[in-house]
Amino acid sequence: MRQQYLRNVVTLDLDSTKCTGCGRCVEVCPHAVFAIQATSGRKAEIKERDSCMECGACAKNCASQALTVRAGVGCAWGIVRGRLTGTEPNCGCGESESGSACCG
Amino acid sequence: MGCCGSTADETTCGCSRTPEKAGPTVLVDGFDPAKKIPPWVAGTVSTAAGIAPRIFTKLLAADVMGAWKARWGIGRMNYTIAPGLYAVGTPDVDSPVLVSANYKMSFDRLRRELTGIDAWILVLDTKGINVWCAAGKGTFGTDELVRRVNGFGLEDVVAHRRLILPQLGAPGVAAHEVQRRTGFKVIYGPVRAGDLPAFLIAGNEAMPEMRQVAFSFMDRLVLTPIELVGVIKPALVLIGLLFVLMLIRKPSAPFLLLVDHTIVAFVPFLGAILAGAVVAPTLLPFIPGRAFAWKGWLVGLVWSIIFVFSISADWTLALFYLLVLPAVSGYLTMNFTGASTYTSLSGVVKEMKTALGALVVSAGLGFVLLLGRVAGQALGIL
Repeated sequence: MRQQYLRNVVTLDLDSTKCTGCGRCVEVCPHAVFAIQATSGRKAEIKERDSCMECGACAKNCASQALTVRAGVGCAWGIVRGRLTGTEPNCGCGESESGSACCG
Repeated sequence: MGCCGSTADETTCGCSRTPEKAGPTVLVDGFDPAKKIPPWVAGTVSTAAGIAPRIFTKLLAADVMGAWKARWGIGRMNYTIAPGLYAVGTPDVDSPVLVSANYKMSFDRLRRELTGIDAWILVLDTKGINVWCAAGKGTFGTDELVRRVNGFGLEDVVAHRRLILPQLGAPGVAAHEVQRRTGFKVIYGPVRAGDLPAFLIAGNEAMPEMRQVAFSFMDRLVLTPIELVGVIKPALVLIGLLFVLMLIRKPSAPFLLLVDHTIVAFVPFLGAILAGAVVAPTLLPFIPGRAFAWKGWLVGLVWSIIFVFSISADWTLALFYLLVLPAVSGYLTMNFTGASTYTSLSGVVKEMKTALGALVVSAGLGFVLLLGRVAGQALGIL
């Protein structure tokens, strides 16, 4: 079952003119947001925008800087903590292994 | 632990670089084969760069117990292993290099999948945080990886120039930058350690499903204990308050009777806590809607309706429970966004903007109502 969060909120952006079609974003994305187009220049495209969790893996690993996203933790308590301490939203905790999570 | 990784100023440290006069270099921080070694170390392996501990792939009872304790938040922040290079099986210059974090649970999840495989494990110093969270913080990151790879000379240990990183480390590592600074090519392996053997056999190729993060029933269930632990303190405060209330109401009642009444008064709240911190998280995809606070609110509402009917409460008390209990559940489930694997920062910010206010107003109205009722009763008595 594909689990999706709120619609039309993520800050993910792809500049196709910079994309070289290397496929790194497809490799690193944990939610299969991207695909490499079969035609039209074999560039990356955003297929499942609402699946994006803004982890920042794609932008970090995009050598041609075609991808941008405001990366951060999707963690309510982390956001509250960030507001209180005047820093970026931060989980400040260490849970889990394979698929699961951060705070909590 | 040795000089690196544990404390103070790491920049002046460079311990794994400086071979000690007596004996060869040890490739794990603070590891001394002559001294007491962890039970999961089977011996050592010699490489061109120094000695690496060889580890078992079978987990012992102590490892399982340690993971269980960490799930409940006991000693979770110190559940670490020393960073450095470890050996699995009998690796040689052609064996793959797998990169991991120094959270012991991450390390255990990796090594238990490697029975029959010869490999090197490069453990980064992530301050005891798992790969994904450490990548988000940047401690599982480009700089630490480059520092470790160049620090002791990984190029002398292996003949190839490939590093296999867990895919969930990608938010912290710029693969192209690692290659530029170390000469090693970064290959992102599967999300789950369990898929590693298949990934290696396939020549470092991941099937599409190996690249996707799941959030299964079990994934969610194992995360609920820590949610409950987080509620203990406020719950104790609430129990204390309820006891004081009971005391004010019947100052002459015997202690045990007051305790009994306090427990009874706590039941609806306990239900709301379980609804928000356990039931809603485990049933997450089956509850309609997308926002977490909404999902928790719904489950809390179901609980409060059941409770209100079961005690056939009068209308003010019923309204109080219906306003307060779902708000408690909604708040707790909103906090589960931090444990989930698919919520975005922008989404949670948006959810909090609307939900937090609504929850506070709802709970506030409930308490105003209750105060009004108490005041009314007091006036009636007067």
